[in-house]
Amino acid sequence: MINWLEQIMPNVFQLGWGGDAGWGTSIFQTLFMTFWSAIFGGILGIIFGILLVVTKDDGIRPNKFWFNVCDKLVSIFRAIPFVILLAFIAPVTQKIVGTQIGMKAALVPLTLGVFPFYARQVQVALESVDSGKVEAAESLGATIWDIIFDVYLRESRSELIRVSTVTVISLIGLTAMAGAIGAGGLGNTAIAYGYNRFNNDVTWVATILVVVLILIVQVVGDFFAKKLNHQNR
Amino acid sequence: MSVIEIEHVDVDFPQKKGKVVKAVSDVTLHVEKGDIYGIVGFSGAGKSTLVRTINLLQKPSAGNIKINNVDFIKDGKQVISNKDLQLERRKIGMIFQNFNLLNETTVLENVAFALKHSKLSDEELEKRSLELLDLVDLKDKADFYPVELSGGQQQRVAIARALANQPDILISDEATSALDPQNTQQILDLLKKLNKELGLTVILITHEMDAVKRIATKVAVMEHGKVIEDGNLRQIFLHPKQELTKKFVGGSLEAISTLESLNLGKLGADEEVYQLVYSIANVTKSIIIELYRQIGVEVSMLYGNVELLNDEAIGTLVVLVKGDQDKQKQAREFLNEQNVTLTRLDEKGNLYD
Repeated sequence: MINWLEQIMPNVFQLGWGGDAGWGTSIFQTLFMTFWSAIFGGILGIIFGILLVVTKDDGIRPNKFWFNVCDKLVSIFRAIPFVILLAFIAPVTQKIVGTQIGMKAALVPLTLGVFPFYARQVQVALESVDSGKVEAAESLGATIWDIIFDVYLRESRSELIRVSTVTVISLIGLTAMAGAIGAGGLGNTAIAYGYNRFNNDVTWVATILVVVLILIVQVVGDFFAKKLNHQNR
Repeated sequence: MSVIEIEHVDVDFPQKKGKVVKAVSDVTLHVEKGDIYGIVGFSGAGKSTLVRTINLLQKPSAGNIKINNVDFIKDGKQVISNKDLQLERRKIGMIFQNFNLLNETTVLENVAFALKHSKLSDEELEKRSLELLDLVDLKDKADFYPVELSGGQQQRVAIARALANQPDILISDEATSALDPQNTQQILDLLKKLNKELGLTVILITHEMDAVKRIATKVAVMEHGKVIEDGNLRQIFLHPKQELTKKFVGGSLEAISTLESLNLGKLGADEEVYQLVYSIANVTKSIIIELYRQIGVEVSMLYGNVELLNDEAIGTLVVLVKGDQDKQKQAREFLNEQNVTLTRLDEKGNLYD
């Protein structure tokens, strides 16, 4: 079996498991980038999503200034294509992580690339919470924090998991481009070791691995989104 | 002692092009402790908007609002800090048409949510929440999610939640409108029980006159953002002044549709249609027979109904009276002497001015 596989895709085996170009290394790089930028981008996205909903005209603390600041920031960062963002914020990356290339350097553009996308999705998820529930909480004398955590976030948790799933999946897509600044990962393997060297077998295997990764995220996300849903739908 | 003092309150909703819709205009309303105050009117009359100013879910544009002797609004300006408002709101419970429970928390947690700032220990909090659920007969559903309960049960959970901080006032904003008649009755009986046992002041907004008749002690009738009539339920019911009030009380809406379907045709010169509303306990003579015996007019019944007005039986009759002008006048005078509220209708059941 192994021999047969080795025969039809020799280049895949040539790359090996460890080492700079190995499969293990590139899988780790993809997971590392996805995980940490999901954490950082997720926190930023949730904060901005909440700010957008709370400071909106009919929000619980309307504030035109802060709403506009958040809204414009999110819109501007969403408008920049990711590959350009990689280069554009290189000086900022240098300041934050001390280098412009590599896996850790990619976290800065990945975080900034994913947070506006996530913020918008969080905004929509939170807005799906019936305003009557917010009013009921207000009528009970709930504080602004009670309303954010116990009403907005808790009531939309299933929806939040759903949009988080979508975001992580698109984030895995972005990590594939991070290869452009030497961050490695499965995307880089597919392009640099596969496509550029005419090793189609490497491209295929890298693609299959990315697809498997995305399917796992999707299945896990769907499971929890369903399990935590008690809405009238 | 007035627990709710609303004075000259306006609520304006600015529209595009500088236009303003006056949802509530110049309303003055005083609610005494222990009242069950019904506010009735058709949809869009401004009932909800008005009561939402009581806990400032809606900020008024002008007027004064004083609740439990605390000034909320003076001359249209909020004079209470947001922090104090949070504390005051805990003394004003509110229930809604759509229940507005938190669906991702259990029934018990929904009630406990209201007690979050009560400084109770976790065990005390659970104990108190269970007591509240017991009050509304839902102790056995504590670990259910709201979606697993019926509408009536959900509304009872909402009542338990609204009562958690031992409020003096409970606002019911169309709370029975989404429920079937049986559940409606259950909720209304519960409100009345709470009013009696806890001395709770209840504000009952509804477009169903039946709900008000069943439990209210006082009524205000709203139309186009204004309170057009208010007073004791009995007073309003037996001696309504405004046309809309007359339509609302006495089952007249039903009477009118009955008249329409009867298709009387043109009334003769010696025929008149009257709506008679009276308290059955107060009428000692059989008025229909007496009308014939004493005055000599012929009376045909077109519609009749008896209903309970806060436990008092009230009759409504629509009758066709045959007799000349003179006799008609005598008949009206006789009925007035008998404490019967008389309204003249035309052949389609419309009110004469």
